[in-house]
Amino acid sequence: MSPQTALLLALLLASLGFVAGYRRAWSVAGSRKPLHSLPRDHGLWVLLCMLLPALAFTVLGLAVEGPLIDWLLYQGLPESLRESEERSLLLSRLGNIAAGGQVFGDVSAAEQAAADRLSAMHRWSDWLIGGGAIALAFGGGLFALPRINHRFRARNRSERIILALLLLASTIAILTTAGVVFSLLSEALRFFAAVNPLDFFFGLKWSPQTAIRAGQVGAEGAFGVVPVLLGTLLIASIALLVAVPIGLLSAIWMVEFAPSRIRSTAKPIIEVLAGVPTVVYGFFAAVTVGPAISDLGQALGLEVSSESALAAGSVMGIMIIPYMSSLADDVIASVPQRLRDGAMMLGATQGETLFRVVLPAALPGLLSAVVLSASRALGETMIVVMAAGLFANLTLNPLESVTTVTVQITTALTGDQPFDSPTTLSAFALGLTLFFITLALNLFALRVMERWRERYD
Amino acid sequence: MTESAPNSTGSVYLSKRFTRRLRRRRGREHLLRAAGVGAVMIAIGMLAVLFTSIVLQGDSAFLQTRIALEVDFDLETLGVDSAEREALEDGSYRTLLHQALYDRFGRPEARAARDQLTAMVSDEAVYRLRDRVLNDPNLIGQTQRIWMPAASEVDLIAKGVVPRDLPEADRLVSDRVLGWMGQLREAGDLKTVFNTDFFIRTDSREPEVAGIRGAIVGSALMLLVTLVTALPVGLAAAVYLEEFAPKNRWTELIDVNIRNLAAVPSILFGLLGLAVFVRLFGMPRSTPLVGGLVLALLVLPTIIIAARAAIQAVPPSLREAAQELGASRMQTTFLTVLPNALPGILTGTIISMAEALGETAPLLMIGMVAFIAEMPTDFNDPAAPLPVLVYLWSTSPERGFFEKTAAAILVLLAFLLVMNALAVWLRMRTQKRG
Repeated sequence: MSPQTALLLALLLASLGFVAGYRRAWSVAGSRKPLHSLPRDHGLWVLLCMLLPALAFTVLGLAVEGPLIDWLLYQGLPESLRESEERSLLLSRLGNIAAGGQVFGDVSAAEQAAADRLSAMHRWSDWLIGGGAIALAFGGGLFALPRINHRFRARNRSERIILALLLLASTIAILTTAGVVFSLLSEALRFFAAVNPLDFFFGLKWSPQTAIRAGQVGAEGAFGVVPVLLGTLLIASIALLVAVPIGLLSAIWMVEFAPSRIRSTAKPIIEVLAGVPTVVYGFFAAVTVGPAISDLGQALGLEVSSESALAAGSVMGIMIIPYMSSLADDVIASVPQRLRDGAMMLGATQGETLFRVVLPAALPGLLSAVVLSASRALGETMIVVMAAGLFANLTLNPLESVTTVTVQITTALTGDQPFDSPTTLSAFALGLTLFFITLALNLFALRVMERWRERYD
Repeated sequence: MTESAPNSTGSVYLSKRFTRRLRRRRGREHLLRAAGVGAVMIAIGMLAVLFTSIVLQGDSAFLQTRIALEVDFDLETLGVDSAEREALEDGSYRTLLHQALYDRFGRPEARAARDQLTAMVSDEAVYRLRDRVLNDPNLIGQTQRIWMPAASEVDLIAKGVVPRDLPEADRLVSDRVLGWMGQLREAGDLKTVFNTDFFIRTDSREPEVAGIRGAIVGSALMLLVTLVTALPVGLAAAVYLEEFAPKNRWTELIDVNIRNLAAVPSILFGLLGLAVFVRLFGMPRSTPLVGGLVLALLVLPTIIIAARAAIQAVPPSLREAAQELGASRMQTTFLTVLPNALPGILTGTIISMAEALGETAPLLMIGMVAFIAEMPTDFNDPAAPLPVLVYLWSTSPERGFFEKTAAAILVLLAFLLVMNALAVWLRMRTQKRG
């Protein structure tokens, strides 16, 4: 029995429990003994008592299952096998054998035995988790049903359980942030054990290829993040140079000048455009814009790389226009109308009202829109993976090829380096850097926006 | 303001200085409007260029060139001694295919020419011949005219994607192959039809027969995981924050956290998934389950923010009425507030699902960059969702994958368009009613 079927069964049982609770509530009630709660509240209480423990047990079981089985299996392996290969490689090889997949080389008797043990353990744990879930569902029912009588406060109790669940759900955002920080930090610390943090943050050379074989020539690896960060900043600045003026001007026009019919059709269109996947823009940058800019440069007698920062940056700018424009649109639209009316009363033209009154009032909000756009540009991945370079180039020339933090993370983790090599781990150090940069930008933008909102609410 | 007051107002309004200034002010006004219209035009223009270029690059992938050959299902050519199923499984169907080509055009003496001839038909044809024979062993001994997919190069030339008047070296196929193609076309044995393979087949190393069905199924499985995890949790969080949370520092922290998470680069969620789901919990890589969970974390803030806005928009009078009638806070929330907020919540959910459908970067982090030819059937089967397939094809060196990439993008955009249109329609409907 797989845990999925067990969960479905538990759900079925719990629905039956609901019916049982409902009927029992009816049967214990009488004209002299009015029920405290509605029958459906009693049913709900039984359902919660049956379903929640089963669900929690299954989720916990599935989370613990993998590492526990790996540990048990590894402890039970003969010395000879343990020494033959590294732990993670050996375990994944045994997993492949057990799943009946293709493996490299011949399967020895010891390996086959271990793989059989692995399959047996998986079967056992599936039964254990599934059986446990169902038993808990039954137990919950046995616990809940006898408690139902006419005085039982089923509604208050189930409401308290539901409130706890809601509270739990709301902490998931904190858990996610904690998870991001924890995962980045733990792996980044392992990276910093191998590479000096000073070299990382202030080094001017980035070439993360480390030696796979001992004694390989020219593969020491240099992990200086400065050129990577500079490349990221260069591309993001180009993107903002494209997106901010166009996005801002179009937002101004849409709010202040556009006829309401155009505005009501254009706004949803802009929102849809903001949802175009970035892989699409990446393809556009790589096959259309990059070569076009490079050809144009050649026609003008300039040396332009086909993976130039200009190509990736300008396409990223196009991607950010809808985002910037709809943020700015909201900000400008929420400047109180009375300010505009006041300025117009004094004889200002619409343009003068805009520049002397509306924009100064909207400035903090617009600033935070720009900062949020910048944060988005810094963390954008697919466009630069497809259209920017791989090699870190310490330059501010937009016609040359530069690399970005996200490109380096992607190459480090999609390559064929072993997981514990500094190259792979460098992805997490880069991720940590990116996280804190965008965190600072986001918090700044959110705080400015908050203050500004308070002023006009 | 510093100027002295004029004696008569009329003279000021007619003065040269005043009219000049007025003209300048009006000029500036026009300039501003023009700049605004210009910005909108530029934005629309650039996006129009983007979409046109993708449509122009991708439309040819919806067509496929096929070649008809008289295949003589001969045991001797197959190199098999009996028509038993087991023997037939080991037959050399490649030889069978080559023989059919030699029968049609004569066996060229030069090895290079022979290679060019046999490379005209897709490798996939070999497997299709095999399947055909294994499904119907009675074919043995018969001769049948069979349509087979042409090789990618022939396909591109036949569809006119690569012009045939290029110099021979730049053209992908030689003059000789061009001649054979002409013969086939004259005899009605070469046709270009709608590319059904593109929609019903999975990924392949051969661009001419690669399809997107596996990717669509993979995306669907992944979105299902995302939906069933993110929607209940997001909704519960929004309900708690709007209806029950006390105004204190903890609530404020949660609020700031959600807003920040909405702006955290998506690639970092991929790193989280790799470190926690794959490495810590030992879940299998590149599966819809892990991908769906990562995307669930990614879209959770969007869902929460949208659901909170929808709940906020429910008029307080409804809440008060329900409580006046004796409903508890929980009953008010679930029986009055949520049903009224439902359209808004649905809109937000659809938009966040569209966001999840187009997301690529975090999936690359959890190992979804592998070539997968099998159709995923389970949440634990390796899969390459649609945007990942777009990325994989765009990095393929074969010329034939170029048009396929653009076509896959068109399909992806079509899905997104439908989802977004649905969301906008839902919102307009509720706005009208409200």
